[in-house]
Amino acid sequence: MFLRRTLLRRHSVLPGFDLALGFALLYIGLIVLIPLSAAFLKTFTLSWPQFIAATTSPRVLASYRLTFGASFAAALLNAFFGLIIAWVLVRYRFPAKRVVDALVDLPFALPTAVAGIALTAIYAGNGWIGKWLPFKVSYSPLGVFVALVFIGLPFVVRTVQPVLEDVNRELEEAAATLGANRWQTFTKVVFPIVMPALLTGFALAFARALGEYGSVIFIAGNMPMISEITPLLIITKLEQYDYAGATAIAVVMLVSAFVLLLVINALQAWARKRQGGV
Amino acid sequence: MSAQSLPGAKPGLAAAAASEGVPSVPRRKSTDEPAWVRRLLIGSALAFLTLFLFVPLGTVFYEAFRKGAAVYLAAIVEPDALSAVKLTLLATVISVPLNLVFGIAAAWCIAKFDFHGKNLLLTLIDLPFSVSPVIAGLIYVLVFGLQGWLGPWLHEHDLKVIFAVPGIVLATVFVTFPFVARELIPLMQAQGIEQEEAARVLGAGGWQIFWRVTLPNVKWALLYGVILCNARAMGEFGAVSVVSGHVRGQTNTMPLHIEILYNEYQFAAAFAVASLLAGLALVTLVLKYVVEQRVKASMKVQHEH
Repeated sequence: MFLRRTLLRRHSVLPGFDLALGFALLYIGLIVLIPLSAAFLKTFTLSWPQFIAATTSPRVLASYRLTFGASFAAALLNAFFGLIIAWVLVRYRFPAKRVVDALVDLPFALPTAVAGIALTAIYAGNGWIGKWLPFKVSYSPLGVFVALVFIGLPFVVRTVQPVLEDVNRELEEAAATLGANRWQTFTKVVFPIVMPALLTGFALAFARALGEYGSVIFIAGNMPMISEITPLLIITKLEQYDYAGATAIAVVMLVSAFVLLLVINALQAWARKRQGGV
Repeated sequence: MSAQSLPGAKPGLAAAAASEGVPSVPRRKSTDEPAWVRRLLIGSALAFLTLFLFVPLGTVFYEAFRKGAAVYLAAIVEPDALSAVKLTLLATVISVPLNLVFGIAAAWCIAKFDFHGKNLLLTLIDLPFSVSPVIAGLIYVLVFGLQGWLGPWLHEHDLKVIFAVPGIVLATVFVTFPFVARELIPLMQAQGIEQEEAARVLGAGGWQIFWRVTLPNVKWALLYGVILCNARAMGEFGAVSVVSGHVRGQTNTMPLHIEILYNEYQFAAAFAVASLLAGLALVTLVLKYVVEQRVKASMKVQHEH
């Protein structure tokens, strides 16, 4: 009864609050919070100069550049095509639309290792698509980008789609009545409505790409300074028993991820407000 | 909802004009794009999806069967592959029910009660989604590894977590942690607490309320969450890779087995095992579609009541 008395804001006749919350907190504590705190406590065994050295050596900096750069570029491409895909799925009719709609979620359901070996085979020099391209995709930084596009693909589509479905068509009719052409109606009426969702989808795809490991390591070639992503570097350090070094880099990635999580939460709150207002 | 209040075709200006006796030339509605724009958009959407989605999916099955059914079967019934399948199933069978119970408990307090710190709890539930799988594995190494907090104690008592099955289960639990809770919370929040309160007033006990009122209302969303949780549990690679130690036939899950085969240039075998997981992904998508239709239908019924 302790939790119920101290935390509950409003009296409730329903039972089970203490049991449910107690179990949930215990479980989160054991599975998530205590292990995560281990990462932060481990970095405290390093002195400040050691921490800086571990997290800003040239090889680590190169991996940040690749990870953040490729993630950003992939999320950008996904934002562009994700908006088109969402638009096409909501507004138009075409053959096998339901199948296409269902398959958009494939990157959520397909194990990353499977996606990794499939993409590597396709975009390799002798692969189905790779052999038509004049430049290298597999075993290069471009391969990292391709894998990150794959895993980030559903995020933008699935955040924009429901908002687009709710757009009031009467607004577009009003715009047309007032003399706006289709492009003006889209940029001035529809786009502002879906923009918060589009940004949220972009941020989600970006955040997912930052931590991605499974699909990337097959296609990247993993050359230090060139095509080595940060999560792989963490594993490399672990395999060399450099636990503190691995954890220091992990903390940098964790902090970036948490900052992104805050940004995403703020974006979603903004999107809700905008949707409620329209 | 307003889109549904306009039945079928949207009555644009052209339609209005046509009904007033203006010669009815088949005209484009004011809210439609020209046909060429439509075709261009559909074309580019499908081209993008083909390049990044359909071709990779097709490749998995094509490469798996390219060397014939015999090679395919041999790769799957090979002892190391079978033990990888078993370990994957074991980790899934443990982690999915754990996260199911957690999801229900978390959704019950968040959706049915108003309490201090609710938003913080919601953020904590989402936390594992924003942690890289590699880091998820790393933190368990820091706790249970030989140099970790509990390492020396575990070693003394001859217990192994890292590079053994318990570590794989823990890593799987971590990465699949939010799925069930995430599906249940919004639905249960939307459903409110009136039905449960009514049951309570009529004298039902806590478990009775849960089994007879709450659970029937959320069963499809629950199933959906379990499906997603299951797919991720069976396919997890990064987190499991850090804690597994890659001992063939012992601590190898299916995704790790694929990696080993691939790195040994046994492409046909790697894609054969991969095709099992790709098949599972397709089954997941079909189930997801079915369940989504059910959730939509049950939401509609509740709105009408």
